[in-house]
Amino acid sequence: MTSIYSEIGLKAGLEVHQQLDSRTKLFCRCRSKLFSGDPIITFMRQLRPTQSELGQVDPAALFEFRKGVRIIYEANDESSCLVEMDEEPPHPLNREATEIALTVALMMKAKLVDELHIMRKAVLDGSNTTGFQRTCVVATDGEIDLKGKIVPIQHISLEEDAARKMEEADSIVRYRIDRLGIPLLEVATAPVIHSPQEAQETALAIGQVLRATGKAKRGLGTIRQDINISIRDGALVEIKGVQELELVSKIIELEAQRQLGLLEIREELERRRAKEKDFKDDFRDVSAIFQHTECKIIREALDQDKRVFAVRLPKFADLLGRELVSRTRLGSEMADIAHFWGRVGGLFHTDELPAYGITNEEINKIRQHLEAESLDAIVFVADNLRNAKDALKAVIRRAREALKTVPEETRGARVDGTTRYLRPRPGAARMYPETDVPSFRLSADRVEKLSGCIPELPKVRISRLVEDYGLNTKLAKQMVDSEYASLFPMIVKESAVSATVVAVALTETIKALKRDGVDVERISDTQLRDLFILIGSGRLAKEAIPEVLTWLAEHEDDEGEEAIEALGLAMLSRKELEIAVEEIVRENTKLVEDRRMGAAGILMGLAMKRLRGRVEAKQVGELVKKQLKKLVG
Amino acid sequence: MSTAFSGYKRRVARILEKAGAEIGDVIQITRENDVIEGILIPRSGSNDAKHVTVKLSNGYNIGVRITPKTKIKKVGTGPKPAFTRPPLPKQSMDLPKVVIVSTGGTISSRVDYRTGGVRPALTANDLYSVVPELSEIAVVDTDVISNLFSENVTVKHWRKMAAVIAKHIKKGLAGIVVAHGTDTMGYSAAALSFALQNLPVPVIVVGSQRSADRPSSDAATNLIGAVRAAAYAPFAEVAVAMHETASDETIIFHRGTKTRKCHTSRRDAFRSINTSPLARMKNGQIEMLLESYRKRGAYSKLILKPNFNEKVALIKFHPSIDPNIIEWYVSESYKGIILEGTGLGHVGRYCFSKIRDAIKNSIVVGMTSQCLWGRISMNVYNQGRDLLALGVIPLDDMLPETALVKLMWILGQTDDVEEAKSLLSMNLADEFSRRTRIGETA
Repeated sequence: MTSIYSEIGLKAGLEVHQQLDSRTKLFCRCRSKLFSGDPIITFMRQLRPTQSELGQVDPAALFEFRKGVRIIYEANDESSCLVEMDEEPPHPLNREATEIALTVALMMKAKLVDELHIMRKAVLDGSNTTGFQRTCVVATDGEIDLKGKIVPIQHISLEEDAARKMEEADSIVRYRIDRLGIPLLEVATAPVIHSPQEAQETALAIGQVLRATGKAKRGLGTIRQDINISIRDGALVEIKGVQELELVSKIIELEAQRQLGLLEIREELERRRAKEKDFKDDFRDVSAIFQHTECKIIREALDQDKRVFAVRLPKFADLLGRELVSRTRLGSEMADIAHFWGRVGGLFHTDELPAYGITNEEINKIRQHLEAESLDAIVFVADNLRNAKDALKAVIRRAREALKTVPEETRGARVDGTTRYLRPRPGAARMYPETDVPSFRLSADRVEKLSGCIPELPKVRISRLVEDYGLNTKLAKQMVDSEYASLFPMIVKESAVSATVVAVALTETIKALKRDGVDVERISDTQLRDLFILIGSGRLAKEAIPEVLTWLAEHEDDEGEEAIEALGLAMLSRKELEIAVEEIVRENTKLVEDRRMGAAGILMGLAMKRLRGRVEAKQVGELVKKQLKKLVG
Repeated sequence: MSTAFSGYKRRVARILEKAGAEIGDVIQITRENDVIEGILIPRSGSNDAKHVTVKLSNGYNIGVRITPKTKIKKVGTGPKPAFTRPPLPKQSMDLPKVVIVSTGGTISSRVDYRTGGVRPALTANDLYSVVPELSEIAVVDTDVISNLFSENVTVKHWRKMAAVIAKHIKKGLAGIVVAHGTDTMGYSAAALSFALQNLPVPVIVVGSQRSADRPSSDAATNLIGAVRAAAYAPFAEVAVAMHETASDETIIFHRGTKTRKCHTSRRDAFRSINTSPLARMKNGQIEMLLESYRKRGAYSKLILKPNFNEKVALIKFHPSIDPNIIEWYVSESYKGIILEGTGLGHVGRYCFSKIRDAIKNSIVVGMTSQCLWGRISMNVYNQGRDLLALGVIPLDDMLPETALVKLMWILGQTDDVEEAKSLLSMNLADEFSRRTRIGETA
């Protein structure tokens, strides 16, 4: 596999973002806690692009602003204060979060920065009330050990997490600011990863170090990967917000494939002698052709006094519809771009027609009207003049790019590993100093103190789990990789349940339940601890773990006791169990007569099936044998 | 290199100078065990003199400690920052004319691309480039009279503001906008309210709470609202224009004599006190909130009275205040004292004799309340009645700061103590409200 990727010159870099579990947020003393239910306050803002240190305004940012986007923010009292509302200057950098970041830096053998400078990274999509994200490099030049291969870490930074997007409709975006300001640690590798597999392993290794601090937040959305990918002759594409580690390698594979596909299209256009100058912003109103159309989308648009505008893409026939990777064609790329720049819902292109009620006759008329030749493709949209123009201009720009190169862009990951266009890549000059928080020096004392209490590295930890808890190596490894790594020793200690049982539950069982669609992220630490205490005290059978976990995931406010009651899982007393076993034996007298003591296995199976979760298997076994002996002598 | 400008001092400045490195150059810093390369960035005044700030290739700045063994080499010339003004919008000359008188503060600043800080936007074109919408509202001209943090504004600057505004109004225009720092904006608005009489057009004093170097700044919205009001509002008064709430939804206009900064940082820091705000702007439309106001064009000729007497003090009473403070003002030949008393208008009886002495020495003494909201009433308790008997003038629901400014202005017009007293009690610029409305509260 690696060789294919080295042939195409794959280069990837990772940025792992991990929420830190500090008591308060990075620049204020609010709790790092998300809220559900209605907000107590909402407010509206508009963001205006400012010039960077180098005097430039990001064109995409300027465009967003001209679209007149209104941002509605929602807040409650516990998780946000005036700082998140951008109504109060930031407080000093959170000391606890800084120390976690420095600890991670020391674990990755990085060089700590002498004097920390907080920067503002311009972000104009509304996810930050200020219009920028506060961020600061705490260390540079670290490394992570990947089974002997050293992956260089370029920098480790501490930054504030962004607000959560709740809804987006036309020109209104709704965000909740509870997440804004939660400390986020960013670990960025050098772009030296050469295969999808290696990327996945790197992400895993970084995650292990982060979790080893015991201060990494857990649950959906608490760790997010951005991936930078390029191939030879391709372009640097940034893929944002990958939440599932398992997706990292797939995303890289698919992105490499997408870029290869685009390069093939470029070659084909060259063969067809497509020329940049032939691509013109010559938009034609073709509404008349659709006067009696059967196409619902166009019909509705025309009824709302919108118009249909078309543009010709010379020599593009069949290229817009060609599949690059699953769910991705140049045509769909153009639709996303047209949506970004022109706010249009979608576009039509001749490669996918006739369809959607658009007839061959209509297509031919458009072709005639635009004087299209057979190798030309046509793209059209139904919207008002301004949106349609912006959209088609973007389409022409994208077509011109297709002649030359793969464009640099920021893409968003979908859950199946495919990606879609989000926005152009921001310019380099988007960082400027945060003047409201003074820079500060790291004292030698503080660094020395932290160096003295670095947590164990994963390797050391695995062998300790094997020695101290008697886990087998495979289980110990799984436990260290697990999000529940720091919870494990606590549970073992307080519940007195066998370490292996706890480890299996926290790794394999939870993974299996997740695969079956159980929302295990919702189970709280307290619920887990309580569950094992019940097992340890003999009030619940360990066989009931999967069932109870499934129930708890749906009952956030309840604990093990309620689960036992709701599921009817109360342990049978010795007496009750004896009666139950007797009953089963009685129901199967024929079997007992035939097989005598040999019936024990089947009877045991029947009993466990009927009593599962309410009895210990060992006890059932004993009682079945006792009953049999009594009967058969 | 110009070390004075770059913020580098002493040894570090000398090392940089020796390396021939200027701000914006790419430098390489070699230390015992590492090499760091980046663009040299200026140091701000509060930074120490032992580190060099560099911008790494990923855009982050870091401070690198310079030890005796550190070597610095210039390895390249970075991009020299340059202010590239976006293309100027087309200006329609048919629009009303508005002059923006700039005194300083966040509102009239733009980002300094070198330091990331802010510096004044000096010309109308600067403003148009930052807030292009202005060109669709009015033909804007600017007059920069100072560049001050508003805590540095003094009586001298009020006089100048008033004179400059009068000069522009006499030349003929639709309205004036005064860009001002918010800290003392309330005082200046009150000062202009007394100094500019018979206003034919609105004078809108505007500030901002979040600096213009952030995309979320309220500066542009407030400025747009102020210019629109100056050009089109039906009132001809001095008003303060700021955000009404935390939202960029509405701009609220407070009467210059009835407003005060009531929050350190919020966008809606200004409040109208003991009255409703004058007007509100939403989606570009102005809605009047007070029935009675001075209408645009009711007067044709402005009367300018720009003189203020600085010998007036505002004294906030507090438990155990030393009454000798009052004596000090007497010995320094002060002409007026505004007391910010407790509750309905009281000060401790232990201050009475010094107050009596002050009044005997022809000092005008007025009483306001540190409660801010509500009206004083010195007839309810003996303590109040005794103060009245001493000759203290009750100032009703007037804000303490407005009372101070008003007395400074009165004593800038007349030396006659009796005339001054009578003017102080007279409603000159709506500094008094006749009624305390239900629901008028903090």
